Amino acid sequence: MVLQSSLKNCRQLSCILRTPKAGFRSTSGGLIIQSVSNDVYQNLAVEDWIHDHMNLENRQVLFLWRNSPAVVIGRHQNPWQECNFGLLRQKNIKLARRRSGGGTVYHDLGNINLTFFTTRKKYERMENLKLVVKALKALRPELDVCVTDRYDILLDRQYKISGTAAKLGRTTAYHHCTLLCNADKLVLSSVLKSPYKGLKSNATPSVPASVKNLFEEDPSLTCEVLLDAIAEEYATQHHIDHRITLINPADETVLPGIGNKTKELQTWEWVYGKTPKFSVSTCFNMAYKDSVLDVKVDMDVKHGRIEACNVHLPEHWLPPALCSELVKSLTGSKFCPKETTTLATALLRVCPQDDELHSRWNLLCENMIMLM
Amino acid sequence: VCIHRVRSCSSIRFIKSKYVCVFDKSALKFSHQQRLFRTSAVSCGQIVQFKLSDIGEGITEVTVKEWYIKEGDSVSQFDSICEVQSDKASVTITSRYDGIIRKLHYNLDEIAYVGKPLVDIEIDASKGVAPEEDVVETPPMSHEEHTHQEIKGHKTLATPAVRRLAMENNIKLSEVVGTGKDNRILKEDILNYLAKQTGAILPPSPKAEIIPPLPKSETVPAAPKDKERKIPVSVSRPIVFSGKDKTEPISGFHKAMVKTMSAALKIPHFGYCDEVDLTQLVQLREELKPVAQIRGVKLSFMPFFIKAASLGLLQYPILNASLDESCQNVTYKASHNIGVAMDTEQGLIVPNVKNVQVCSVFEIASELNRLQSLGSAGQLGTNDLTGGTFTLSNIGTIGGTYTKPVILPPEVAIGALGKIQVLPRFNGKGEVFKAQIMNVSWSADHRIIDGATMARFSNLWKSYLENPASMLLDLK
Repeated sequence: MVLQSSLKNCRQLSCILRTPKAGFRSTSGGLIIQSVSNDVYQNLAVEDWIHDHMNLENRQVLFLWRNSPAVVIGRHQNPWQECNFGLLRQKNIKLARRRSGGGTVYHDLGNINLTFFTTRKKYERMENLKLVVKALKALRPELDVCVTDRYDILLDRQYKISGTAAKLGRTTAYHHCTLLCNADKLVLSSVLKSPYKGLKSNATPSVPASVKNLFEEDPSLTCEVLLDAIAEEYATQHHIDHRITLINPADETVLPGIGNKTKELQTWEWVYGKTPKFSVSTCFNMAYKDSVLDVKVDMDVKHGRIEACNVHLPEHWLPPALCSELVKSLTGSKFCPKETTTLATALLRVCPQDDELHSRWNLLCENMIMLM
Repeated sequence: VCIHRVRSCSSIRFIKSKYVCVFDKSALKFSHQQRLFRTSAVSCGQIVQFKLSDIGEGITEVTVKEWYIKEGDSVSQFDSICEVQSDKASVTITSRYDGIIRKLHYNLDEIAYVGKPLVDIEIDASKGVAPEEDVVETPPMSHEEHTHQEIKGHKTLATPAVRRLAMENNIKLSEVVGTGKDNRILKEDILNYLAKQTGAILPPSPKAEIIPPLPKSETVPAAPKDKERKIPVSVSRPIVFSGKDKTEPISGFHKAMVKTMSAALKIPHFGYCDEVDLTQLVQLREELKPVAQIRGVKLSFMPFFIKAASLGLLQYPILNASLDESCQNVTYKASHNIGVAMDTEQGLIVPNVKNVQVCSVFEIASELNRLQSLGSAGQLGTNDLTGGTFTLSNIGTIGGTYTKPVILPPEVAIGALGKIQVLPRFNGKGEVFKAQIMNVSWSADHRIIDGATMARFSNLWKSYLENPASMLLDLK
């Protein structure tokens, strides 16, 4: 994203974002910052950093950010229930898990993210959303936008243009929301449709909604225009400097420790391992030569790893010893196509060498991997 | 004469702070540290019910989504206890006390109520209930010296255990950068601070005098007193290492390796190594690289190695065979599916190029490109990873010369290639020239392969590579 420096004023960030050890400076009231990065993990890490290290006693912060294509699931969600992994891989769309609750969203550069940081006591989502609506109306008074009691913002009373989520810590809290300016709706709908069947879990489900871009309503509403309007409104309401400070999420000198936070958000343990316990119970058909076989698979997955596994095949289609070896190997392994492939192919090395057996085995394994 | 150096306390750091308070004089005179905290009437080992505090926005119920602790765990103040969710908000509940968790009032996914007990914590009464406010930091300096007592107006967050550690090491908490939540000072921060300490920050005490050793030319007799002074007293810096062992279940990749390599153990391996002069091949590849590039394929050395191996296998098919479990039958495989060991982020995988015997060098290169991109993306299918009959491992791209590769069952041979080095060699005329030398290390199953076969195969393979034009004669 190209930032027009004439619109933004860069300021020395180090004097503002220093840890409270030095006490707070005279920028009381608030701060508006915007990320120069489009990397979802880096931007989420900035949220973590501010939440953990910044003293918000007497001020509030508004953080503006945009991401290159990514699917972001809520803290307690199950990614297998929320999106189509095959499509994600194909289109090179990243998958991230945020620390706030709520449902799954699709981000791309046509979507703006706004994070409102306050102390825990001053946590107030409605106020923030009303601020956004006010900013939109100030831009285009004829826009029909309103806030629902589910903390969504609707356009024309039908289309969702913004979803909300929040994270509360001991002393600080943040509320973030999206705003659809000009996102790719086709990709959005296809990628947020899960093809996985037979999943049972207590993970937070997402509530699908019809969406619309503000751009469709009025082509002059670009991301830049909207960002400026919201920043302006925020500055006015909190009586602070309306200048936006740019922040680089890769800068360790300004944000010490941010590198580690970014890395943590990308680990398998965080993205997949934090999925609440779930079970997979599904049947599928395999076409082999002239026959069609029914296969039933049951798996319990905890912390992203297969706790228990059962595969029911027509008798003697594959040597039972091999099947039980497969089940044994899978137990304790990650619910992950890469690991399953590796294990399955390794097992094939130590069984009788028979082309027929190999092709049956490969067929079964390919199908099992599709479940992941 | 010995030089006496005492660091005066007043030169030691003077913290600028907006909030400066001075202890009353009596505190300064005390030689032991004092700590002030609010105490409450708590008896020994009392169980306190920690209630779920207000979430805000009038919320009364939340769902417990994750427990960070279990019954019996000990917690410190501000440690995370659990994660609860309410209407799109995820809340981290932290402990108010130090103690031991005695009871969790809710299971996962149950609804918890604001104001009702969340966990029961047994508090160690001797510590008292450390309140969240008004914890005054301990004066770190000892007695005689005059020092400024500076107390920050806002909290220096640290648990009593951390404060004790700081106190024992004469560290002022205000000087330590806290890396915990809300800038809380953790034990690691104290240890890091200690590690960075230099001699300049030592508290003045007799033990810390640094006396330079007397020069040897000193003729003063070494009286006991002088001896004492001669020996420089080293700065006693506590040696701290805060690393911890970490145990975790092995990854799927490692599990696969365990299976494969355990099976490989059953194979009696023998090794055969040689060096190959790739001078001509290097030149050939340089010429062919752009041609392949135009066709959209990246050409490395591997396609040549693979094709040469296949040509060799045509002459020595036993190297492309498989021995059955009972060692009764040998199966000579018709297809040359040559595996290529690949190092990915997760670990070792070995996809294979199918039917090399009917592929051109270019086709092999193209297939390798495909396998490599799938491999790095972690998207290799079972078909690409099974059915191999012979393997080559180009460890030389990372480094090394000679290795001892392990055969991948059900195969009977494997070759590992070292790095290409420029070395001096003699040519036919006895002149020294610059040669591009690569070492190859073969391993074979000695139950059905003998040394002579391996040697002859290796020589043939080597001859194809040393004189690429000869490959033309035998290419199918």
